[in-house]
Amino acid sequence: MPLVKGNTVVADEFVHLAEDAPLPADGAVLLSAERFLKDPEAALARNGKENVKTGVIWPNNRDVDDLLPYLDRLAVIALVFPIFRDGRAYSQARLLRERHAFKGELRATGQVLRDQFMFMLRAGFDAFEVKKDKDAQVFADVAHRFSVFYQPTGDGRVTAFHRRLMHLPESVKS
Amino acid sequence: MYAYDELDRTIVNERVSEFRDQVARRLSGELTEDEFKSLRLMNGVYLQLHAYMLRIAIPYGTLSSKQMRALAHVARKYDRGYGHFTTRQNIQYNWIKLAELPDALSDLAEVGIHGMQTSGNCIRNVTADQWAGVAPGEVEDPRIWAEILRQYSTLHPEFSFLPRKFKFAITASEHDRAAIKVHDIGLRIHKNAQGETGFEVLVGGGLGRTPFIGKTINEFVGQRDILSYVEAILRVYNQYGRRDNIYKARIKILVHELGIEKFKQEVEEEWAQMRDGALALQDAEIEDIRSRFFYPKYDNLSDTPDELKKALQNPNFEAWYKNSIAPHKQPGYAIVTLSLKPVGGPPGDATAEQMDEIADLAEKYSFGEIRVGHEQNLALPHVAKRDLPALWRALDKIGVATPNVNLVSDIIACPGLDYCSLANARSIPIAQELTRRFANPDTANLIGRLHINISGCINACGHHHVGHIGILGVEKNGEEFYQITIGGRADENAALGHLVGPAVPYDQVADVIEDIVEAYLALRQRPQELFVDAVKRLGVEPFKERVYATR
Ligand code: HEM
Ligand code: SF4
Repeated sequence: MPLVKGNTVVADEFVHLAEDAPLPADGAVLLSAERFLKDPEAALARNGKENVKTGVIWPNNRDVDDLLPYLDRLAVIALVFPIFRDGRAYSQARLLRERHAFKGELRATGQVLRDQFMFMLRAGFDAFEVKKDKDAQVFADVAHRFSVFYQPTGDGRVTAFHRRLMHLPESVKS
Repeated sequence: MYAYDELDRTIVNERVSEFRDQVARRLSGELTEDEFKSLRLMNGVYLQLHAYMLRIAIPYGTLSSKQMRALAHVARKYDRGYGHFTTRQNIQYNWIKLAELPDALSDLAEVGIHGMQTSGNCIRNVTADQWAGVAPGEVEDPRIWAEILRQYSTLHPEFSFLPRKFKFAITASEHDRAAIKVHDIGLRIHKNAQGETGFEVLVGGGLGRTPFIGKTINEFVGQRDILSYVEAILRVYNQYGRRDNIYKARIKILVHELGIEKFKQEVEEEWAQMRDGALALQDAEIEDIRSRFFYPKYDNLSDTPDELKKALQNPNFEAWYKNSIAPHKQPGYAIVTLSLKPVGGPPGDATAEQMDEIADLAEKYSFGEIRVGHEQNLALPHVAKRDLPALWRALDKIGVATPNVNLVSDIIACPGLDYCSLANARSIPIAQELTRRFANPDTANLIGRLHINISGCINACGHHHVGHIGILGVEKNGEEFYQITIGGRADENAALGHLVGPAVPYDQVADVIEDIVEAYLALRQRPQELFVDAVKRLGVEPFKERVYATR
C-alpha cells in the first residue's frame, strides 16, 4: 500500500510490528493499541535514541483520551477506516489535532480512497496509506479539487464565512 | 430568497466536477458499484427499479422562477418530461441515464441547485417551514438558520460518513409545518423570558421501522451557540451511534438506548469543551447571512380588494380560496398553495410544462418566488390579494388549482412499487383511487381537514405513521396488504398513529378508509372537531368496530 505524505508517495519507514514479534531496540515501529497500552513506557523509552520512533494503530471504537498521557512522545497515530462508510476516525482525528494538539503524524489507514482525501486533510490527517496505487498518484490533484470551505476545522483554512466578512477577493485560494 | 454568491457557486461547481470524475471512473470499471454507491448517494443518485434516480435538493423549500425553469429543463431534456416533489423538499427524477447525470447536474449548477447530500449517511438537505418569512406571527425567518446549517453541513469533513442519514428541520412558528418532531434534530426558534431569540433543540425523532417522536434535549440554546451545540450532538452520535446493524443506526436508537438524560449529559460534556471555539457564531456572521436574503418590496394594498370581493361570488373560486389561501404577514397579500394532487393523479408529480408555467406565474404574481412543502404541494408566497382571481384562472388552466388542500384527497404518498426497489406494495394507485372516491368537494368539505399518508414499505417515505390516517403497504404470501393506522399527526402535537386492525388486501383499502371516515362523521361532537381530535377523544375502538363489523 503506497504511503502519501506531503502530496507525494514516500517510503514508509515504519514497520507494522506483529503481535508476537519482540520490540526492536532500533527503528520506527507501529504497534497495535493493545500492545502499546500493555507497556507504553517500554515502547516509548526507545525514544530519545536516534532513528527510534514509536507509533500506535488506534482502533476507531476506542476513546482517544486513553492516549493523552503519551501524545507528545508518539511519532505516529494511525487511525483506521475499516470500511469506506465508517467515519468514526474523522472525529478522532479532529479531537487529537484540535482539542489535544497532537503534533506528530496522523495517518489514515484501511479503506482509504481518493474520494476521502479532502475530508481527511480537513480533519487533520497528514499521511495516507492509500488503497489503490492510482489514487496515490493523483493525490495532489484531488486534494486541490475544492477551493472553498464552509466549516472551520483545525486545518486552518479560511472559511467562506470569513472570506465574506473580510471581503477577501473571491479568487483567494487557501 | 437567498442568492448564492461566487463562493457558494464555486462549491457546487467543484462538486459537479468531482462527480463527473466519479461517474467516469464507474463507467470505465475503475470503481466497483459498491465503491461508487456511497459516492453517488451523496450526490443524490439512487439505483432504482427502472433506472438511476436523481434527487435534487430544494434547500428549505425556496425556489426562484429561474431555478424552477431549470428543474423543468432537466425533466424535459434528461427525463420523461416530469418530476416528483417529495416530502423532504426535494424533487426526484426517475429516468435519468448514468452517463448524463453529470450534465444534468451541471445544468442545475448554473442556477445554484444541486443534489448534494440529498441521500447517503450524511446531513441531508435541511428542511424548513414552507411559509417561512411570510407566515404571520413568526419569531423570525427560520431560513436564515436553515441556510447557516446548510453551509455548516455541506461537505462536512467530520460528518459525511455518519452511522446513518441525518435530517434537520426547523420552524419559527407556533404551528409546526416542518414536522420537526419526526426529524433527527428538530429546531424550534422561540424567545426566552429575557426576550432573546434561540432554539429549542429536539433530538431522536424519526419514522421508518422504529418510529419515535423527538425529545427535547435543550429548551433554549442561544444563537451564538447553535452550531457548536449541534456539532456536539453529531460528534456523540458519530462515535457512539450503532454501526453493527443498519436498522439500529439512526440517532433515535442511540437516544432511546441511552435515555435522553444520559444522552444529554454526553452532549453537554462534549459541548462544554468546544462551545467557545471556532463555531461560536459572531453577530456579524449571522447578519451577513441575513443580509443575503432578499425580501419583496410590498405595496400598501387593500386587504379586501374589490377584485377579490367580486370573484368570491363565484362558488368555484370561493371553494379554492377557502382552502388554498393562507394569511400573510403583509396586509393585502396572501400565501397561495398549489395543489399537486389532482383527482386521479400521482401525488407530487409536476410536468415540465406545469413547472415552466408556474415559474412564469411566480414572476408575474409572486416576486419570482416559489415554495415546496412537505405535503408535496407548491406555494406562491407573496401574492397580492387583488391578483388572486387572475392567478386562479391561470392555475386552473394547468391543473394545479384543485380545491383540496388539507382535505381528504390532499394525500401524501411515496412512489411505492411503481418506482421503488424497496417497496412491498403500490402507493400511487391507492392514492389515485382514494382521490376518486373523495372527489366530491361537498363531501370533502363536510369531512374537513384530514391527512392521509401512504407508504409502500416500512421505510415510511410517505410519513404514514403521522398521517391522520396512515396506510402502510406490507407483503403477505406475495400479495399486497395494507396496515391502517389512525390518529397520527406531524404538527406541534405530533403523535404516532394506532393500528386499526389486521392488514387488508389491496382492493379493500378504499372501502375501509371510507368506513373510517363515515364512522368519524357519525361520531364527531360537532363539525369543527377534526378527525384526529375525534380519534384522540374516542380511541381506536369505535373505528375498529365499524371497519371490522362487516368484514
Ligand atoms: C424511490 C426511491 C426511494 C428510496 C430507495 C427510499 C429509501 C428510503 C429508506 C431506505 C428509508 C428508511 C431510512 C431509515 O429510516 O433509516 C427512507 C425513509 C424516508 N424517505 Fe425515502 N426512499 C425513496 C423515495 C422517497 C420519496 C419519494 C420520498 C418523499 C416522497 C422519501 C422520503 C423519505 C422520508 C420522509 C423518510 C422517513 C425517514 C424518517 O423520518 O425516519 N423517500 N427512504
Ligand atoms: S416507503 Fe418504501 S416503498 Fe415508499 S419510497 Fe420509501 S422505500 Fe420506497
